[in-house]
Amino acid sequence: MFSALDRKLLRDLWRLKGQVLAVSLVVASGVGVLVMSLTALESLQATAAAYYERYRFAHVFAGAKRAPERLAREMAAIPGVQAVETRISRLATLDLPDFPEPVMARLISVPERGAPRLNRLAMRAGRWVAPGRPDEIVLSEPFALAHDLTLGSRFEAIINGHRRRLEVVGIALSPEFVYAIGPGSLMPDDRRFGIGWMGRRALAAAFDLDGAFNDVSLTLLRGVDPAAVLARVDAILERYGGTPAIARADQISNWFLMNELDQLRTVSTLLPAIFLAVAGFLTNMVLARIVATERAEIGLMKAFGYSNRQVAWHYVQMVIAMTAVGIVLGAIVGTWLGRINTETYSEFYRFPFLYFRPTADVYALGALISLAVALSGTAFSVRRAAMLPPAVAMQPPAPPAYRRRGLSGMRWSRHLDHPTRIILRQIERWPLRSALTSVGVGLSVGVLVMANQWIDSIDAIAEEFFFRSQHQDVMVGLVEPQSTAALYEFRRMPGVLAAEPLRIVSADFRVDNRRHRGAVEGVRADARLHRLFDAGGAIVSVPPDGLVMSTVLAKKLGVGVGDQVWLELREGRRPVRAVRVVRLFETMIGMSAYMDARALDKLLLERPSLEYVNLLVDPLHEHALFARLKASPEVSAVMKRRAAVETFHDTLGDTLLVYVAFFTGFAAALGFGVVYNSARVALSERAHELATLRVLGFSRGEIAYILLGEVALLTVLALPIGCLMGRGLAWIMTAGFETELYRVPLVVDDATYGTAAALALVAAAVSAALVGRRVAAIDLVSALKSRE
Amino acid sequence: MPRTTTMASSASSTARKIALRGAALSKVYRAGDVAVHALRDVDIELYRGEFVVLLGPSGSGKSTLLNILGGLDVPSSGQVYFDGAEITARDEAALTRFRRDHVGFVFQFYNLVPSLTARENVALVTEIARDPMTPEAALEVVGLAGRLDHFPAELSGGEQQRVAIARAIAKRPDVLLCDEPTGALDSVTGILVLEALEGVNRELGTTTVVITHNVTIGGMADRVIRLADGRISEITRNAQRRRAAQLSW
Repeated sequence: MFSALDRKLLRDLWRLKGQVLAVSLVVASGVGVLVMSLTALESLQATAAAYYERYRFAHVFAGAKRAPERLAREMAAIPGVQAVETRISRLATLDLPDFPEPVMARLISVPERGAPRLNRLAMRAGRWVAPGRPDEIVLSEPFALAHDLTLGSRFEAIINGHRRRLEVVGIALSPEFVYAIGPGSLMPDDRRFGIGWMGRRALAAAFDLDGAFNDVSLTLLRGVDPAAVLARVDAILERYGGTPAIARADQISNWFLMNELDQLRTVSTLLPAIFLAVAGFLTNMVLARIVATERAEIGLMKAFGYSNRQVAWHYVQMVIAMTAVGIVLGAIVGTWLGRINTETYSEFYRFPFLYFRPTADVYALGALISLAVALSGTAFSVRRAAMLPPAVAMQPPAPPAYRRRGLSGMRWSRHLDHPTRIILRQIERWPLRSALTSVGVGLSVGVLVMANQWIDSIDAIAEEFFFRSQHQDVMVGLVEPQSTAALYEFRRMPGVLAAEPLRIVSADFRVDNRRHRGAVEGVRADARLHRLFDAGGAIVSVPPDGLVMSTVLAKKLGVGVGDQVWLELREGRRPVRAVRVVRLFETMIGMSAYMDARALDKLLLERPSLEYVNLLVDPLHEHALFARLKASPEVSAVMKRRAAVETFHDTLGDTLLVYVAFFTGFAAALGFGVVYNSARVALSERAHELATLRVLGFSRGEIAYILLGEVALLTVLALPIGCLMGRGLAWIMTAGFETELYRVPLVVDDATYGTAAALALVAAAVSAALVGRRVAAIDLVSALKSRE
Repeated sequence: MPRTTTMASSASSTARKIALRGAALSKVYRAGDVAVHALRDVDIELYRGEFVVLLGPSGSGKSTLLNILGGLDVPSSGQVYFDGAEITARDEAALTRFRRDHVGFVFQFYNLVPSLTARENVALVTEIARDPMTPEAALEVVGLAGRLDHFPAELSGGEQQRVAIARAIAKRPDVLLCDEPTGALDSVTGILVLEALEGVNRELGTTTVVITHNVTIGGMADRVIRLADGRISEITRNAQRRRAAQLSW
């Protein structure tokens, strides 16, 4: 049974539907972002956990040059190890008929009989490689899709220098390659890098690894700390050219996935907080106004014997109802966006299945937080309603007192007309409310700046990584390091205008007990195709001696210029040397370290050698060059810069557009909500005053100026505030997104500020126009009859 | 009844010009299925410089008549003429211009802009008027020369009402329409306000119409028009106008 008060509540909400909707839109944005990011987070977490579990994703990974199979038993005996599986894993070049460039693939062995014990494949189509068939291959699904390869398709591969024709017998996904990123790439590029699984015997024969392995995965018993196991594995593989063992956390695909989840967590805390705080303010603004206009009713209710608590509860219900509309809306929109978001993620992160089953917790959390914020935001107004003595409540409120001081009292203000003066005094009279309105609109600008600055930052990364420091068209990786004489061969290839060597040596950096596993790159003083630039765009010169490292790496190792670092080179004779840090530089991608190429060769105790070649290519002869490279047995990888740039922009571009679209919507709702409510509340408070002015002969335009001028002024003030806040938000987000591998630079183009400001102005203009229509409809006669 | 009006005015109007004239004014409000007749076929003429008091109980149609004459509201039927030209057929913008240029309003609850001082409240109108007085001069007329820079919240009710009168007359309107100007005031303050209106009428020659419940105020008028049930029930002409200061209630 509805009580009279419940009826009043429903009618009030209906009467104020515009404002209730504007508040709910903002609440919905907050709940929406929260639900969107948390459902995506939960889904990806649950999906990854189930995938890893079901397909026995290993806990420890290690590599070697050539290790005898018997070591597997030694590793299995390490305390805490549950299972060991040795494999052969090498890069090869594929020659695909549909694609001019040579394509890189990682070939991984699977047991001759039965499925792998660890890192099992999720078969999507076809079957396992038949025992004893060296010409059969199972391909990773995204790669097969990118090249239209289906069961029965055939193509040629250059495996350890030998050309072989392979037939696709299966299509699969692997927990090891949820995020399949090629060597030296920033993004997965399914057309240029793929995974192929072949029989163990076929690969052992191809790579001369009979009775041996070069890759090993281990699973651990529950609760075992991988660190101890890593050390034991390293010790066992040390003599066999072991590359250091890594735990699952550092496994590249998993690392990217976990980073993504961390970033989602940042999004799910920061942004909902902003929206819900603004929603709290708006709810209070609306409620304060309702309480003010209902003074007489409150007095009446109390005169009839309603208690303070009943009155308070009535208004609390109103707040709950307004917020609830937003919560429901936000839950629906958030779930929908969460699904889109999760699906967008699943384009980069390949899972054989996707759990999208949002739990009730997410919604409960969203509802609880929004209600808590709304109720605490409106506590003051509710209390004021509850405490109003009935006799006072039934009298009209005293006219508000204004001051002569402040802006409107200054000398220059004499030149203002009176409508403008009314605007200024109004702002001065309610400074907090005005400030919060500006901050609210500012936040919508801020959210837009933050969303759009991603594009600027990504452009800046691309600028540094692809354009400033790289000038080669093609980078070629060699199967084995070769003498510099190999360069002449490359220079003779069709279309090659210039060829420069590149040496990247994997190494451990050690300072006291701090370690970093990475690589040192040899830089030639005369290099033209690949140059070292810092984040600021200045050339970093590499002195003939000593180590030049990125500030991130220096920070991780706790060193500065002049300090010594132990460098354990993991190639050749694996020398360990103390090297002095001679220069630091800022960079956005990687924890890179550089040395003069000659100094690096000296350190390696080797003749000058190279394992990568940078080529400048005449585009007219590109196809001929690729054909030549496809045929070359020494070539293990071909990386085309333009393709990398395109992939970078394509992949990020699509995701970012989705993301920017989401936040543009949310920010528009925020800006609209704030401006609409401010204008509506102002109209309600001042309908009487405005009607008087109409009677005095002011036109509709003139009174609209008085009402909307205030909102317009506050909106204009909000723009610079919003740009600043946007920069701050962007800073928080980029800091939250910083990883060892890359940093998102805080770059905000002027155009981004401009776009954000323009969008906020449009949102403000739309809400002002809606309120403006009501200004036109003010009923002069009835407005004058009432006292207020 | 209307005939009374015509006869009364024709007897004395030969020398005086009509400022505002309403012809066959009716106003019907529809509230759901019920039609409320606020005015029924009213004819009224207001002469230049005249001081008219409209008397009548609540719901008799006084305010409706005033609002229609002042261009705030439009009649359901009938016409309003100002200086012989019809204003009822005009659009919203033209009515705004009519109010801006020719009519001054004074309300029961003053309706001052709370964020503007007394001087600024008056200036609000003088800024948009043709050939206005200065705000100071207008406030001088109502005896508030000393309270120029006070905000409404700093003025008494009577003072606020006199600011409202100053604001209404500053543009030198042809007609001053006052709806219960003393309704919210005690008698002493009320008389101060009436003295201000009387001064305006005498010194500026502004046609002044005052709506009131208060029969006593009728004493200071040239003519007293009584309304009942949306019709003019009686028009009386005072042989001698009493001074506002002589009134008491």
